[in-house]
Amino acid sequence: MGELKLMKGNEALAEAAIRYGCDAYFGYPITPQSEVIEYLSEQNPYERTGMVVLQAESELAAINMVYAAGAAGKRVMTSSSSPGVSLKQEGITYIAGAEIPCLYADVVRGGPGLGTIQPSQADYFQACKGGGHGDYKNIVLAPASVQEMADFVALGFDLAFKYRMACCILSDGAIGQMMEKVVLADQRPRMTDEEIKEKYPWATTGRKRGTPHRIITSLDLDSNRMEAHNRHLQEKYRQVEANEVRFEEINCEDAEYVFVAYGSSARIAQKSVQLGREEGLKVGLLRPITLYPYPTKAIQALIDNGVKGFLSVELSCGQMIEDVRLAVNGRVKAEHFGRVGGIIHTPEEVLEAMKKQIIGE
Amino acid sequence: MSEITVKDIIKPENLVYQKSKLLTEKPFHYCPGCGHGTIHRLIAEVIEELGIDEDTIGVAPVGCAVMAYDYFDVDFQEAAHGRAPALATGIKRVWPNKIVFTYQGDGDLAAIGTCETIHTCNRGENITMIFVNNGIYGMTGGQMAPTTLEGMKTATTPYGRKATLPQGAGFEGMPNNGYPLRITELVAQLPGTKYVTRQAVYSPAMVRKAKQAIKKAFENQLHGKSGVNFVEIVSNCNSNWKMSPVDANKWLVENMLPFYPLGDIKVDGELVKK
Amino acid sequence: MTEEIIIAGFGGQGVLSMGKILAYSGIMQDKEVSWMPSYGPEMRGGTANVTVIVSDERVCSPIINAFDTAVILNQQSLDKFESKVKPGGVLIYDPNGITHKPTRKDISIYTIEGAQLASDMGNAKVFNMVILGALLKVKPIVEMTNVEKGLEHSLPERAHKLIPLNMKAIQVGMDNVKVE
Repeated sequence: MGELKLMKGNEALAEAAIRYGCDAYFGYPITPQSEVIEYLSEQNPYERTGMVVLQAESELAAINMVYAAGAAGKRVMTSSSSPGVSLKQEGITYIAGAEIPCLYADVVRGGPGLGTIQPSQADYFQACKGGGHGDYKNIVLAPASVQEMADFVALGFDLAFKYRMACCILSDGAIGQMMEKVVLADQRPRMTDEEIKEKYPWATTGRKRGTPHRIITSLDLDSNRMEAHNRHLQEKYRQVEANEVRFEEINCEDAEYVFVAYGSSARIAQKSVQLGREEGLKVGLLRPITLYPYPTKAIQALIDNGVKGFLSVELSCGQMIEDVRLAVNGRVKAEHFGRVGGIIHTPEEVLEAMKKQIIGE
Repeated sequence: MSEITVKDIIKPENLVYQKSKLLTEKPFHYCPGCGHGTIHRLIAEVIEELGIDEDTIGVAPVGCAVMAYDYFDVDFQEAAHGRAPALATGIKRVWPNKIVFTYQGDGDLAAIGTCETIHTCNRGENITMIFVNNGIYGMTGGQMAPTTLEGMKTATTPYGRKATLPQGAGFEGMPNNGYPLRITELVAQLPGTKYVTRQAVYSPAMVRKAKQAIKKAFENQLHGKSGVNFVEIVSNCNSNWKMSPVDANKWLVENMLPFYPLGDIKVDGELVKK
Repeated sequence: MTEEIIIAGFGGQGVLSMGKILAYSGIMQDKEVSWMPSYGPEMRGGTANVTVIVSDERVCSPIINAFDTAVILNQQSLDKFESKVKPGGVLIYDPNGITHKPTRKDISIYTIEGAQLASDMGNAKVFNMVILGALLKVKPIVEMTNVEKGLEHSLPERAHKLIPLNMKAIQVGMDNVKVE
């Protein structure tokens, strides 16, 4: 049945990882997500389940430990915040190239550079469009509550192993730091070494004599093979796009104007919907749960259903709006509103922006 | 008396040498005269002799040995440049009963991967690190390595490596490439290293000694003696040194070895007294 | 019912833990809750504040700009949050260290001598529970039995022996909150 607790988003993520049967966490402290490794260290997961927790010397080292343990078939994860995730991009592109399943959480803070430790959603491009070098994607899940911070650990690992790719939980300082009610799943056993060997024949777990050795690499100097490998990756991404889109609609049935927002912005925009409805405005909220793959068709269906305009609400200077506009394709108005630098928009100003930028008059 | 043919010679009883079964059939891409081939062979022989091929996972570097995974018939992972020790840590922590080794060059281990090298050694991961030092970046075409000797000419030190500290304020912009790095002596100081040694493969006698060292570095790990087993092998790069293989080995003995002296530096966690 | 509360004061006054106990008490009463702190370097000895929302429905935005109730424990917080109380809302403050009193006429203002009362009880650490008592007297959003359960859940086991003292402090706060 699960256990009811009041927890921070970061702590819920950590506890969910233990309960999911995660094999290892490799991390490096950075505000506002240090609670993840602090909680894990405090909980003695090695005694609870045999889960390994290691504070690495850098984000680079941490993501490369994830690469290796993931390539050896284990369920491994890391977490960081924006500047740390920039460092991790090296490992993440190698992970994409070598097709290694893993989970990483990005508790986004304001940038660029050191920026601020306050919440932000300005790393949407980095998370959703690749992030490092080369043509690749990661599955990106955007939790909007502490409950989803916990739930997306299992979902993220399942998707990562289903497609052999990295899955990102794209959170932010607000979701990471706030406490809410969370129902935690029961403890699951970690997979045994024998189960891993049987289920993941590609993993480098030590080859049996008489069977070919396994090589985990992203390198191939033969251009024809490299092109084929890229085509294979793209084919996989098309599968992800076809099968894994997730989103939530709130008050969209009769909506004429729709906020598009994810994560903490979706929580705020939900309040804006409430305020707007009190004023008699037919407003709704589309909350993408997967940012990659993006709910493009959901936006198109809303237009078919009579929606006359979209406001993309993000804690950024306008990133997700590009995906909204790609989906809208010029059929109706689509604009962006967002505060940055660690300032969080209020429900009132979000509603005001909808009136001013989309509804008009 | 009939004539002796090649067929008569190739018989098991006449066999005096063969490559290890753990080397694949793939021809090495290494330059003739390069030490990598010999070092690969030694590692493969040791793994075979210890019977640990089903439990060994290797980690390849970026550098000339980037495709080492093609030559060893054991499971292998390819690391990003310098990150091999982090990969080895990741594998060993989740598969503590496997035998994990890295194979790295000087640029990989002692420049871009210095952080991973130092901290993996300092954590005392129970792994084996093979460090091939030829004083130059081979794969990218002969640029300066952290281990390039003073005065040594490379593509990025065409007038020789200068390690002179600027004299007087205002001269800090003058060419100064810093000093050659003896990282092996450095890691030997860390409590997390178990066995630290420097070997070479320029002569048959040296090859035999190097093999003993590599064997010890794997045996320690196999027997769960915690701590990093670190084997530096001073090697050559005749192509980028722009010498014949014979001259390169001679140059190695005359120039590399005085700065990188051979022998055990730390055994069973104790520094060797000289 | 939705109650949107800001608790603000200095780091070290127990602002965040008071919010946590309030939120846990809400859960024990089957409410939806959120607890959103300010975080970062300013927490150390600087100002600390936490927004707690207790509601019958799923909490929309955990980050809000207007509050039903403000619990104010220093001058900076009073300066910052007095204007953010909704018209008709409540402001509770500890006059200790307050030089410029609140001036709004469209809200209900209460005082609680939290620092003094805690000191009188011989344990300055129960300060935040005295304040919580004052809040719960003015806004009885959770029942006392659930507050006790909330304490059990938010305090580590080794501190459970202190629950009676905390409950007493809450009672002291309830008995001593005054309309200004």
